[in-house]
Amino acid sequence: MSTFLDALAWILDPSSWGGSQGIAVRVAQHLAITVAAVLLAAVPAVPLGVLIGHTRRGRGVVVALAGAVRAVPTLGLLTLLALLLGVGVWAPLLALVALAVPSLLAGAYAGVESADPEAVDAARAMGMSERQIVRHVELPLGAGVLVGGFRAATLQVVATATLAAYTSDTGLGRYLFSGLKSRDYTLMLGGAILVALLALVLDRLLAVAQGRATGLARRTAADSRLGA
Amino acid sequence: MSRSRLTAGLVAGTAAALVLSACGGSDPLSSGGGDGDTIVVGSQDYYSNEIVAEIYAQALEAEGHDVDRQLRIGQREAYVPELESGDIDLFPEYTGPLLQYWEPKTKARLTDEVYTALEDATPDGLRVLDQADATDQDSYVVTRQFAEKWDLRTIADLAKVTEPLTLGANSEAENRPNGPKGLQDAYGVKADFAPIEDGGGPLTVKALKDDDVQLAIIYTADPSIKKNDLVSLEDPEGLFLASHVVPVASDDVDDDAAAVIDEVSAAMTTDALVDLNQRSVDEKLPAEKIAADWLAAQGLD
Repeated sequence: MSTFLDALAWILDPSSWGGSQGIAVRVAQHLAITVAAVLLAAVPAVPLGVLIGHTRRGRGVVVALAGAVRAVPTLGLLTLLALLLGVGVWAPLLALVALAVPSLLAGAYAGVESADPEAVDAARAMGMSERQIVRHVELPLGAGVLVGGFRAATLQVVATATLAAYTSDTGLGRYLFSGLKSRDYTLMLGGAILVALLALVLDRLLAVAQGRATGLARRTAADSRLGA
Repeated sequence: MSRSRLTAGLVAGTAAALVLSACGGSDPLSSGGGDGDTIVVGSQDYYSNEIVAEIYAQALEAEGHDVDRQLRIGQREAYVPELESGDIDLFPEYTGPLLQYWEPKTKARLTDEVYTALEDATPDGLRVLDQADATDQDSYVVTRQFAEKWDLRTIADLAKVTEPLTLGANSEAENRPNGPKGLQDAYGVKADFAPIEDGGGPLTVKALKDDDVQLAIIYTADPSIKKNDLVSLEDPEGLFLASHVVPVASDDVDDDAAAVIDEVSAAMTTDALVDLNQRSVDEKLPAEKIAADWLAAQGLD
């Protein structure tokens, strides 16, 4: 209990926040690598997921592959990448991208797939092109699930981004590694609390976004019923 | 009813077995203590230490001594009491860490002062024999290319390097005396710090070879130093605690046996220790085989 109080005191101490090793810099780094990893993962994962959801083809293969990627231990992948790329921030960033891809992919195809088939058929009957169907019907209807994929991916990445400190001086993980090896459990716990708080804040923000997106889906559905 | 009887039976049976085994001379170490004929050789639960112990054992056997092996016992807290009580007669140890075990407040850091202090700190009934040249301790390493470019032999030579230096090591080194601060204080060498959390493993070696870091902390006896053509820099100021391989012996090890072990220690250089470790790590050979081959190569078998 006293370690916990010490850790809180460390977080609340203004002198812990300043400087190049301070909490402010490390939280910013942690956030930056999390956002970068999720966005980089979204570049291939979201279009691919939308394509699979729309065409309903190749789902078995991609789901199996994504599942396999999920089973890869991130620290092992990070070590492998660092042996290829050298130490620095690239190896952990790519390992985090691999971690984020399955959730984003699942969110994208499940979202698109969840669009009411009748609405899709109606859109097609009205003469919409496939591209228009994706943009104006399937994506709005599946937006809640799609954002849910971002939410799940972000939560995993922000927690695992502590590994960025394994090969580079980046992020909140440094507090965990330094604390562990020098038995400074106050520092370790303080770092862990900060990671947890950051994860909670991001999750809340994305929950709000998901709520809005789901609202959009409902309105789109209502519109399409009115239109029909 | 029957179940509780069964339980009672089991408990009684186990208790009886324990008592019997205790009576039956199950203490495997009791044979060595006080018995002047058999020398009990112990080792840490560390592959390199086991090889050295096996070398001691085979060298003694080659000279006609009876040896009882009690290898892979554990760490210092577990086996030093057995040494002190005379249940183990001979144990390969490391000068600095053993001195710190017996004298936690010691200030000795360099090879000779550590050995002298260790001789004084060794309790009655035990003595340390000659220390080997071989060390097994943290050290600063550089690539051979870097060492030749700047003509580096000791850590002090790093002052000649005009390029910026970065030290790669586990993050705790940043604030330890053997990190950049100690480098600055003891040698006046300035270095940046890059945390690499694999304890001098393959990522650290990769970073050295890529010139992402120029200095790293790796064990002197680590086979990866030789395999990757790295160079350990000498440490005249004692930034790292000197840790030579040294045999600790009880009074049961007579002068004749001690002479055998001294001969082994005289032949054991750090290169030799690295070779022994490498055969274990790379060729996965058992300690007996590695020890036998080495003794044969030294003409000590």
